[in-house]
Amino acid sequence: MNTMIKEKKSNQKNVEQEVISAELEENNMKVRVENFNFYYDTTQALKDINLEIKANSVVGIIGPSGCGKSTFLRCFNRMNDTISSIRYEGKIRIDEKNIFDDNLDVVDLRRNVGMVFQKSNPFPKSIFENIAYGLKINGIKDKNFIAQKVEESLKNAALWDEIKDRLHKSAFALSGGQQQRLCIARALAIEPEVLLLDEPASALDPIATAKIEELIHELKKKYTILIVTHNMQQAARVSDYTAFFMLGELIECDETNKIFTNPSKKITEDYVTGRFG
Amino acid sequence: MSIQILSPRITVVKPWISLAVKEKLIHGFFFLNGILSVIVLLGIFALLVFTSIPAFQEINVGSFLFGLEWNPTSYVKEQYGIIPMLVSTFMVTLGALVIAVPLGIGTAAYLSDVASPRVREIAKPIVEILAGIPSVVIGFLGIVLVGPILAKVFGTHNGLNALNGSVLLAVMALPTIVSISEDAISNVPKSYDQASLALGASKWQTVIKVKIPAALSGIIAACMLGMGRAVGETMTVLMATGCAPAMPESFLGPVRTLTSSIAIELGEVAYNTTHYYALFALGLVLFIMTFLVNMTSDIILHKYEKVNR
Ligand SMILES: Nc1ncnc2c1ncn2[C@@H]1O[C@H](COP(=O)(O)OP(=O)(O)O)[C@@H](O)[C@H]1O
Ligand SMILES: [Mg+2]
Repeated sequence: MNTMIKEKKSNQKNVEQEVISAELEENNMKVRVENFNFYYDTTQALKDINLEIKANSVVGIIGPSGCGKSTFLRCFNRMNDTISSIRYEGKIRIDEKNIFDDNLDVVDLRRNVGMVFQKSNPFPKSIFENIAYGLKINGIKDKNFIAQKVEESLKNAALWDEIKDRLHKSAFALSGGQQQRLCIARALAIEPEVLLLDEPASALDPIATAKIEELIHELKKKYTILIVTHNMQQAARVSDYTAFFMLGELIECDETNKIFTNPSKKITEDYVTGRFG
Repeated sequence: MSIQILSPRITVVKPWISLAVKEKLIHGFFFLNGILSVIVLLGIFALLVFTSIPAFQEINVGSFLFGLEWNPTSYVKEQYGIIPMLVSTFMVTLGALVIAVPLGIGTAAYLSDVASPRVREIAKPIVEILAGIPSVVIGFLGIVLVGPILAKVFGTHNGLNALNGSVLLAVMALPTIVSISEDAISNVPKSYDQASLALGASKWQTVIKVKIPAALSGIIAACMLGMGRAVGETMTVLMATGCAPAMPESFLGPVRTLTSSIAIELGEVAYNTTHYYALFALGLVLFIMTFLVNMTSDIILHKYEKVNR
């Protein structure tokens, strides 16, 4: 009798522990994609995607071109909304909140989910104004605060030392790599929690690329990062997890190490070893 | 597999005159066209200069340019001061710009970025058709519609005044300003929109803070072209502004622009008199003014095209 009670108790304890650890695991998930489908008019670009992303991790998204990587990325800040006749089903949760909820403010979402585009696209303004822009449109007027934030963002994007003497010169005078880091700084200035990078280094030379990769390593301490890349080595270098897409489907997502050495699907192995794509 | 060509080989057909000669002929044709328009322009300028010169044998240049009274038919002393007309022209033009520029840029921004594609497709041609309305018709509307409204609103005796002219010229300048500004704003690279929207900006914020500044030189050129039209417009202002040849007192008083003066007086003046030549001198002043406005807008537009390439 006594022993039975003991057993029961320990059982309960086990169950409790399980619940707690599951909760911990859940809480640690920054982003959760659930049964997500995406259509351009009648063509389906993303098919039943399910994916979970831990906070402060870097997820590399790889796959042959046209497989829906950019489309997928642009769902997280609802940039696809600017295209007419698109449609989606399913949910994307960031901090458990579905970003497609009717009462969600897209402006808040985009402030929280920063994006850097494939081709660097600074505004035709000064370096300073490029970064101050995001603050100003969000209603911040305090000049000192803006100046402080500009400096901080440029430092965090590892650009400050190179350009601190010409803050008020045109952003177009910067090199391609510097422009791309400026775009990253611009995204950082409004303090997002998630960063979307769509092939951020594809137009850059190896040295500029290395700088961006180094930067991503630093940034993941503070941000959750999704990065699209067509460069296998880059995915292997910068990401903690790698998601392999093909024809709009998520074939598999796992720890980067596993995807590149021992993927569970044959087709993934073929792709990462360069047998097609 | 090896490549096989089964069809017969192509034979090159020689033209009856060599390509080089043809090139030269085409080049010559366009060169001639270009030269011709320059010659016509210079011809008009020369004509105005030579017909103006006799006027200045009687009139002192200083009292022409700075005189405060225009009264060529006085029995006591003829006065040939153009300042009242210059002031009138500037007032009416300035008024037109104050009305047309904000309205035009606002409309252009709305059409390029906020309106749905269907609204844009319908609205833009309509705005452009506005440019084709004859100035007599606009002047008529000034007399029967705008004038009475202004008279009522401001409690004046009648509505034929500088403000009326400004309103009408604004209507006439709007199509140019809207159409060219809209082109300029639409030509701003899409990547700027994307960057701005991704930072959480609304459509309006994006247009006002990113796209209009990026398209600014195109928009300025649009406004200058609109202004060129306003400065040179005759019939509308003639009909709507009251045309008193005195120094203008306010926007609610009658004014008489350079163009109206020429149109009114040239029909009645005696041939080869000082008055007759003085009217050509007015024409010369007007020519130089519109030429400067158009040239400035052209230079700005050119600069803008270069920057955007
Ligand atoms: N604006 C659009 N309208 C219609 N189809 C699109 C649009 N953008 C992308 N697509 C299509 O969606 C698919 C995925 O494109 P994309 O996400 O850009 O691929 P990736 O970034 O992996 O190269 C492609 O077949 C592409 O043709
Ligand atoms: Mg892409």
